[in-house]
Amino acid sequence: MSEIPVELKYTKSHEWVRHEDDGSVVVGITAHAQDLLGDMVYVEVPEPETKASAEEAVAVVESVKAASDVYCPVNGEITEGNEALADAPELVNNDPFGEGWIMRIKPDDVSELEQLMDADSYAAMIAEEAH
Amino acid sequence: MAKRTPLYDEHVAMNAKMVDFAGWDMPIHYGSQIEEHHQVRNDAGMFDVSHMTVVDLEGARVTDFLRTLLANDVARLKDEGKALYSCMLNPEGGVIDDLIVYYMRPGWYRMVVNSSTREKDIAWIMQQSSGFDVQVLERPELAMIAVQGPKAVEKVKAVLPEATDALDQLGVFFATEYEDYFIGRTGYTGEDGFEIVLPEAKAASFWRSLSDAGVAPIGLGARDTLRLEAGMNLYGNDMDEDTSPLEAGLSWTVALEPADRHFIGREPLEALKADKPANKLVGLVLQGKGVLRDHQKIIVPGVGEGEITSGSFSPTLAKAIAFARVPVGTETSCQVEMRGKQVPAYVVRAPFVRNGKSCLPESIQ
Repeated sequence: MSEIPVELKYTKSHEWVRHEDDGSVVVGITAHAQDLLGDMVYVEVPEPETKASAEEAVAVVESVKAASDVYCPVNGEITEGNEALADAPELVNNDPFGEGWIMRIKPDDVSELEQLMDADSYAAMIAEEAH
Repeated sequence: MAKRTPLYDEHVAMNAKMVDFAGWDMPIHYGSQIEEHHQVRNDAGMFDVSHMTVVDLEGARVTDFLRTLLANDVARLKDEGKALYSCMLNPEGGVIDDLIVYYMRPGWYRMVVNSSTREKDIAWIMQQSSGFDVQVLERPELAMIAVQGPKAVEKVKAVLPEATDALDQLGVFFATEYEDYFIGRTGYTGEDGFEIVLPEAKAASFWRSLSDAGVAPIGLGARDTLRLEAGMNLYGNDMDEDTSPLEAGLSWTVALEPADRHFIGREPLEALKADKPANKLVGLVLQGKGVLRDHQKIIVPGVGEGEITSGSFSPTLAKAIAFARVPVGTETSCQVEMRGKQVPAYVVRAPFVRNGKSCLPESIQ
């Protein structure tokens, strides 16, 4: 079983979401998701100052095996993409919840985060998917 | 349930991620496909290829039979142990399978064919062999391990020290027998090394000895990127029963001389050659970032359209590369439709990498 930090929120499409003290949220893909995709070779991060709605595809992670969209978890404005991934896409594999973060978003309404899954629900979902 | 090779428990013990491959439970990687790729280019790696099908063909007229069955000409194999790559065609000139055939001694050839095509291959070979009095014997009790990379020869010799002289004398694309090992200096990576056929009871201990000698296990994921870089076709992707070898980059494997050798599929190939094939298989190198994928559409402005047959990312070149079937008029560049956008790619001649080094022209390194 992959690591699922308890302090994070999760989406059905395997993004993790971290609520920061400044009100922004940081988004990446989970350890489970990167494990399914395998070695990353290219990550396309969104441009800053991009308005995005929840469940909109805003980034792409490409492994040797497959390309996968990364979805915006909440309505808001993307303020930053992780530029380090351009030269080091393997950060998504090696540190999915840390250096491998994908984008930072300023949510329109922070309360939307409450609709996301907690760690237990996400763990139950991936256990279900394995069957 | 999926079939297991004699090395299944070894893969699990080495933390392999197992996947279904043509009905076999096989390792896709043991942690990192890219690290495994580099391991083979820089050092030595081992592949469990026991799922592949070994077929022995014996009989007084076996040479005549294979000269009919195969598009390449086994009469080219003058020396014992010499190997030949060939397509086996249907009467329409499409490819039933690609294979390696080793001429072992008068009256005995050994063939290695793909696992995904095993049943139809065996049925076809049996059907065609009637009238030649040839024994067709499948050898499912044999395992097969490929050891590939610049240090493969040295490390296999460390595991089989008594075979050192035999291995030193073994030329490229030759096979020899050593005790109950059948050792071919062949492979599917573009590196030096061996493909070793051995009794299944010995496979696990041989695998562990190789591991102790510093040979790392390599999964099917890296096997695919290695063969693609090396410019080697994959059956089912780059050619199939509806594809002529002349449109799959395999003209070099079709022996039309001598003109009086009748082989299955010869007439349609001659007709296609006279008419000029419409398509050819080329290499592509993506300009810029992204990954080329199987079945992406190719657009050659003013010429026509084509399709990627095998696309991936080249760990050695750090670029996306592919084989694509395109109109013969395609020259040095094309556009690839990727995720709704058109992205330019260079058209190159395969291989992309040979013996660890890039083969790309300097202008696109």
